[in-house]
Amino acid sequence: MNYNWNWSIFLEPSPEGTGTYADMLLSGLSWTIATALSSWIIAFFLGSFVGVLRTLPSPGAQRIGTAYVELFRNVPLLVQMFLWYFVLPEVLPASVGAWLKQLPNAPFYTAVVCLGFFTASRVAEQVRAGIQSLPRGQRMAGTAMGLTVAQTYRYVLLPNAYRIILPPLTSEFLNNLKNTSVALTIGLLELTARARSMQEFSFQVFEAFTAATILYVLINLVVITAASFLERGVAVPGTR
Amino acid sequence: MTSSPMPGPTSAEPAVPGARAPADSGLQSGRLVEPKAGGAPGIPMIAIDAVSKWYGDFQVLTNCTTAIVKGEVVVVCGPSGSGKSTLIKCVNALEPFQKGQITVDGTKVMDKATNLPKLRSRVGMVFQHFELFPHLSITENLTLAQRKVLKRPAEEAKKRGLDLLARVGLSAHASKYPGQLSGGQQQRVAIARALAMDPIVMLFDEPTSALDPEMVGEVLDVMVELARDGMTMMVVTHEMGFARKVADRVIFMDRGEIVEDATKDDFFGKPRSERAQQFLSKILQH
Repeated sequence: MNYNWNWSIFLEPSPEGTGTYADMLLSGLSWTIATALSSWIIAFFLGSFVGVLRTLPSPGAQRIGTAYVELFRNVPLLVQMFLWYFVLPEVLPASVGAWLKQLPNAPFYTAVVCLGFFTASRVAEQVRAGIQSLPRGQRMAGTAMGLTVAQTYRYVLLPNAYRIILPPLTSEFLNNLKNTSVALTIGLLELTARARSMQEFSFQVFEAFTAATILYVLINLVVITAASFLERGVAVPGTR
Repeated sequence: MTSSPMPGPTSAEPAVPGARAPADSGLQSGRLVEPKAGGAPGIPMIAIDAVSKWYGDFQVLTNCTTAIVKGEVVVVCGPSGSGKSTLIKCVNALEPFQKGQITVDGTKVMDKATNLPKLRSRVGMVFQHFELFPHLSITENLTLAQRKVLKRPAEEAKKRGLDLLARVGLSAHASKYPGQLSGGQQQRVAIARALAMDPIVMLFDEPTSALDPEMVGEVLDVMVELARDGMTMMVVTHEMGFARKVADRVIFMDRGEIVEDATKDDFFGKPRSERAQQFLSKILQH
């Protein structure tokens, strides 16, 4: 293989004129983190809501929850990204569509919403599994003491369910973080997009993607460490 | 009556004396039950009237009728699958039923107009598997519903909870978590948790069936004391010793029907039905 390794490429100015190649990658990393965190907020709350819907006694609520989950987890993320970004503005009324297209940072907002809704369907299934793994008597005990359905979820079922699903929820957070790279297809300048442009400008493909890989791994290790602290922090005395 | 340091539930109605004279069990000082209003004499605290229930096509309860007056202790027994747990869960509408009527202190439980959470908050329930909330400390278990349902101030709720915890002899465990207690201790906390709501009636759904044998006694002791304090109780249990000691009546169920509804002496002395005789001979022969 005839390849000119050049690890000092990161310190060279990028052709964008706003700093070095390293600065370019770090700017991509910050967009990755911003997109991952923002979309996770949607995914967590919407996913919890949908997951709860699927465990309510009401068949109507269950159906709505099921429909949401099946719609958003059965369409590929890439297709969803295109639908939100290219199709949605066209099917909305012309004025709204135009406003959407002219939105500053439109790829960022679109990616946040798209990832949030997609990941919510996966969070919803974990929340449902967590609630259903609790003994039936827990719901009964809450109900028997006069707690309303909402109070039973808020004070009894969800605090226990979240503790149970914390490990898979951590995986889901990591998935969401890595899925932000799909947003490069709608023009979000996140880490993978930045690594690609670095490769196109400098032809140092291995250096660019090595750096991107290391940055992804590092940020994920930070998440894993934080999650294990969280797990220890919320562990209930007297349980495994 | 006792001079309790606790501010008991206030009511305009004068307290009606219990069905039996309060006897000091000597287990703990003080009473588990504060004298309270509700359930005028003669009017049933719980009236179960021709209740039938189906799971799909399968009938689990057939035309069950009985009544429990204030201060009465009724033991419900019968073979497994006889519908006794289902019946007791119908009383606070944890299980819906399709036919008949149940009223608790005059309130119809299956009426759409009934405020079920409010009704349930007045009906204490103790479960086979304790069902303490594992993520909450014992104190938090005792105060959660007091604060969220009865809207008691945190301090008052805590005082009431800790007082009852002392009465069941577990003060030392207030800041522990359910997973750190034995089964018997957890069930005593569960009883205290139900009592903290100042219920007008207590339901027990096989409270000792999930316990190791050496822990059954400590739970039954609390229940006996509760019965002697005049609490209205409906108890699903196989503990015939408990029934002999404190029950006023025994209901025997089989295949979803109330086969026998008799005073304790009649039930143990001369059960009328053959099925009750067989049941008794099987559980009493050891």
